Amino acid sequence: MKPISLPRILAYVLSTVAALSILFPFWITVSNALMTEAESAAYPPKLWPSGLHLDNFAQVLNTIPILRFIMNSFVVSSAITIGCLITSCMAAYAFAFLRFPGKRIIFALFLSTMMIPWEVAIIPNYLTIRSWGWLDSYAGLTIPFLATAFGVFLMRQFFLQLPKELMEAARIDGCGHIRIFLRLAIPLSMPGLATLGVYSFLNHWNMYLWPLLVTSSENMRTVQIGVSMLQFSEMTAWNLVMAGLVLVLLPSLVMLALGLGRLVGGLTAGALKG
Amino acid sequence: MEKLEKSAPVPLKKKESHNPDTPLPRSAAGGASRTSALARFREGALAAAFIAPALLLFGLFLFYPLIQSVYLSLHSTNPRGQVANFVGLANFRNLFNSPGFPNSLIVTLKFILFTVPASLAFALVFAAVCRAKIRGMKIFRFVFALPIAVSVGTGSIMWMVLFHPTLGTLNYFLGKIGLTPVQWLTDPNMALLSISLMTVWMNVGFLFILLLGGMQGVPEEIYESAKIDGSGPVRTFWRLTLPLVSPTLFFASVTSVIGAFQAFGQINILTKGGPVNSTNVLVFKLYEDAFVNFRFGVGSAQALVLFAIVLLITVLQFVFAERKVHYQ
Repeated sequence: MKPISLPRILAYVLSTVAALSILFPFWITVSNALMTEAESAAYPPKLWPSGLHLDNFAQVLNTIPILRFIMNSFVVSSAITIGCLITSCMAAYAFAFLRFPGKRIIFALFLSTMMIPWEVAIIPNYLTIRSWGWLDSYAGLTIPFLATAFGVFLMRQFFLQLPKELMEAARIDGCGHIRIFLRLAIPLSMPGLATLGVYSFLNHWNMYLWPLLVTSSENMRTVQIGVSMLQFSEMTAWNLVMAGLVLVLLPSLVMLALGLGRLVGGLTAGALKG
Repeated sequence: MEKLEKSAPVPLKKKESHNPDTPLPRSAAGGASRTSALARFREGALAAAFIAPALLLFGLFLFYPLIQSVYLSLHSTNPRGQVANFVGLANFRNLFNSPGFPNSLIVTLKFILFTVPASLAFALVFAAVCRAKIRGMKIFRFVFALPIAVSVGTGSIMWMVLFHPTLGTLNYFLGKIGLTPVQWLTDPNMALLSISLMTVWMNVGFLFILLLGGMQGVPEEIYESAKIDGSGPVRTFWRLTLPLVSPTLFFASVTSVIGAFQAFGQINILTKGGPVNSTNVLVFKLYEDAFVNFRFGVGSAQALVLFAIVLLITVLQFVFAERKVHYQ
């Protein structure tokens, strides 16, 4: 057992201070969500709830269709994630293993899409989606996002790292590309798929500007839009707003807890070696 | 067959030698070359099928809009988004002659200055601390990553409570240590700083994960040998960790700057560009012009200026910063 050194104590103290300041907004949210309305509006502001007023959650669920918002976001993020995984894997496989004319040019074209901020395309995309009658629909919320260059690069990176001997053995055994793709490349790249999946899900769960533009009916609102409208609605009781926030935060926190290990390292790999 | 060249030793100098592209050595006789031509055609067709979905989506929702933006920016539009008449560069001229757009540019630049270096510095320190194999670091790792789970929508409302002039805990604490309360979101000198504070908090999660990943890619032996050489933690950080993680840091800075240019949600929710346009960043102005006032032509002109700036910054960062980046 080594004695605890000074730098180590310092590291603990600094980490604790930093962790507390990161946690503070979360704490205020959770504690307010558990307060009565009078408590959450009290001055000086209270840091602890007097008890666990869980009825706030019931009340918020009754006043606002928050479950509907969560469901919408869930459908949209899952559809985008699955679509992204499919398009990314397919394109990545072609770039990693197939020979075809114009490969470099098309790859450069894919690369260039990373340079186009989404906001630049947002006006024409809005007009397109509107002219197709896709406003207020899942199609309008998901289809424009079904492919990302980042996903293609990340998966290509994973494919290129697969043991070459394995691929060659499969070719010698007479496996076609489609078979190798489905039976070898994809199952062996599960870590990459998981990274991309977690990243894509969180990213699209958090989407704000696009859903704000293309949804107008309450039924189609995603969580982010729904939640930011809590404060404009008739109730400005902070405890209820915060209870709503907690309900919205829960799914992403669970997702993070499950996927953090995947994200660390995985994202960096795609970012750098792509 | 085509993998043969891959396993062959490649001279180190030849950096981008994209092996699968290089043609096969012509060894086969006539009959074999016909089957190989067929095989090549099949492979090409398969590649086309594999690439088509992504390419189609990029075409429809990124490349076509880019061209359409150019077209729209040269026209005036009616509120339904239909082109009314050709106006040439008038939209661009109006942008730079009116006070609104230059103000937005300055606000955006300030916003980048307030958020990017601070976010990177915090994330870097957190990652350096969490890299060390100290007991309990798993908990810190989770906490530092937490903000990635918070979206702009939720994050903005969380901070709205903190920023509340009377009920907010921030002012309460300031009062406790004897300072006067701050009008976080209603003071024109303060609003952008407040938004930045909240944005740094939100950004830290993603950057932390990215940089921690970069640091974990560095082999442990390097750190061990530095330790044996008597290098302290601070010295190790400056001399070893920072240079080794510089490619990731470089990538993180590029994405952060681009991300800052795209800030919208927190401004729409917390300040609506006010007070007196002090938080009216580019994307918020674009949104107002295009989707509140339905001036799609002017909006598209702004989108193109935004695109040009982002492109320029990306290229500049690559030209200047990449030289200083240490690749292993």
